[in-house]
Amino acid sequence: MIVSRRIVLRFPRRLVDRPIVYWLIKDYNLEFNILKASVTPDEEGLMVLELRGEQADYDRGIRYLTEAGVRIQSLSQDVIRNEERCTHCGACITICPTYAFEVDPVTREVSFYGDKCIACGLCIQACPPRAMELHF
Amino acid sequence: MAKTIEEINKKLESGRAVVVTAEEIIGIVREKGLERAAQEVDVVTTGTFGPMCSSGAYLNIGHSKPRIKLGGGRVYLNDVPAYIGLAAVDIFIGANALPEDDPRNRVHPGEFNYGGGHVIEELVAGKDVRLVATAYGTDCHPRKKLETWLNIRDVNEAVLFNIRNAYQNYSVAVNLSDRVIYTYMGILKPGLGNANYCSAGQLSPLLNDPYYKTIGIGTRIFLGGGIGYVAWPGTQHNPDVLRNEAGVPKRPAGTLAVIGDLKQMKPRWLMGASMQGYGGTITVGIGVPIPILSEEILGYTAVTDADILAPVIDYSEAYPQRKGDVLGEVSYAELRSGRIVVRGKEVPTASLSSYPRAVEIAVTLKEWLLAGKFRLTQPVAPLPGVESGVTFKPLKERPLEE
Ligand code: SF4
Ligand code: SF4
Repeated sequence: MIVSRRIVLRFPRRLVDRPIVYWLIKDYNLEFNILKASVTPDEEGLMVLELRGEQADYDRGIRYLTEAGVRIQSLSQDVIRNEERCTHCGACITICPTYAFEVDPVTREVSFYGDKCIACGLCIQACPPRAMELHF
Repeated sequence: MAKTIEEINKKLESGRAVVVTAEEIIGIVREKGLERAAQEVDVVTTGTFGPMCSSGAYLNIGHSKPRIKLGGGRVYLNDVPAYIGLAAVDIFIGANALPEDDPRNRVHPGEFNYGGGHVIEELVAGKDVRLVATAYGTDCHPRKKLETWLNIRDVNEAVLFNIRNAYQNYSVAVNLSDRVIYTYMGILKPGLGNANYCSAGQLSPLLNDPYYKTIGIGTRIFLGGGIGYVAWPGTQHNPDVLRNEAGVPKRPAGTLAVIGDLKQMKPRWLMGASMQGYGGTITVGIGVPIPILSEEILGYTAVTDADILAPVIDYSEAYPQRKGDVLGEVSYAELRSGRIVVRGKEVPTASLSSYPRAVEIAVTLKEWLLAGKFRLTQPVAPLPGVESGVTFKPLKERPLEE
């Protein structure tokens, strides 16, 4: 069975310059799509990947990453909307690169589709009441 | 048919009044025509909920023992400086005030996560706020230092006093430059990447009364979830702008200064907000009832998003350099469709003010009126109109001599 998951990888400083992702393709036959990659101010590596492959390969790949010291988290819980603070203004609509927000043409309420979110974080600062929150 | 405010208040008391929102009236007029609608409808309610920077609140915190004279000293509420050029224990907190150690735009764009607007929201929510003050001490007010928790229920007065709110129409902001810019109109992407607007359009108070025939000084309103009043024309009130044939301004025009008891307000309708790279502010909910005194007044309230035009302005150059260039005019119907065309390019649009919340305000005000919780007032003086000669002047700079 082929699975496709979006995950966030956090590399401790000592792993940042090792070709970890390369081994994922080579040894575990996984395809990937880099959605975001950066080095945080404290030199931790952060990578958002879409990983695709056979379930068994996927599980082995994840085990390899964990054993190498990479922290893994699934993306769906990453950026969430605090419904108490969202005013449905719509300021986030044109900011989100993956069109995760949509305005209902009748009620003008703004829906947030978490499954489209790649946790780029752009909406967090763009939302005036700060309703979009990053959760680790 | 001409009705008076007194007659409408009597109808409200006896439960016979017809109250509808500025959105509902559009369909009613379409179906029944102006004349019949004007006979049947007594009040049209409006609403708006958007960031309004020229807002603030004053508090009288009560006298400490021994006494302290804060005037001329320094006061911080949750580290945000309050204005203290007033007597002993009156303080004013402005929505745009920032903690002194906030990095502001030193690392651009700054985040501005907490400021005066957030202090006001927390006060309204009934949360304790940390007050830290220093003063110079006098014979009658010897104390020089004060540190205490403060809660809105314990202070004498807590009054929201916003000197410019509820703009009658506003510009649409775009960016013609090749870099992202961070403005009070939100984040604007380069090369006409997006267009931001900020008005409730057909629901907005002053767009439903374009010539200020019913809204005046003393008008009772919905303010921040409580009851407030129009105190004065707002700063930068500018009635004599381009208008369409029906009198609806095509440029930012009138404004309102509003006042009300902060103790009755609700945090849902007074929310601290942060504009990345620009500053902290507050989102304010305002709703104004419009008494249908004549067919003419009803005609104004039937305005639709398609009738209201706003100018498109480049915020990378024309706005900061105060050049008059307008890139075009678009209607709120176009803006709400999600796309407008500027210089032949399709530009996606986003709103900074919340239309669903504006609807909620208009509906709440309607319910208050129908439940007998809210009576209409007769303004004590009108707002300056088109013929008043009131204009919005730029600063005339005169260099200081050596
Ligand atoms: S910008 Fe924030 S408050 Fe406005 S609709 Fe988006 S999530 Fe909600
Ligand atoms: S973090 Fe925000 S802007 Fe980025 S993809 Fe998710 S919803 Fe869109």
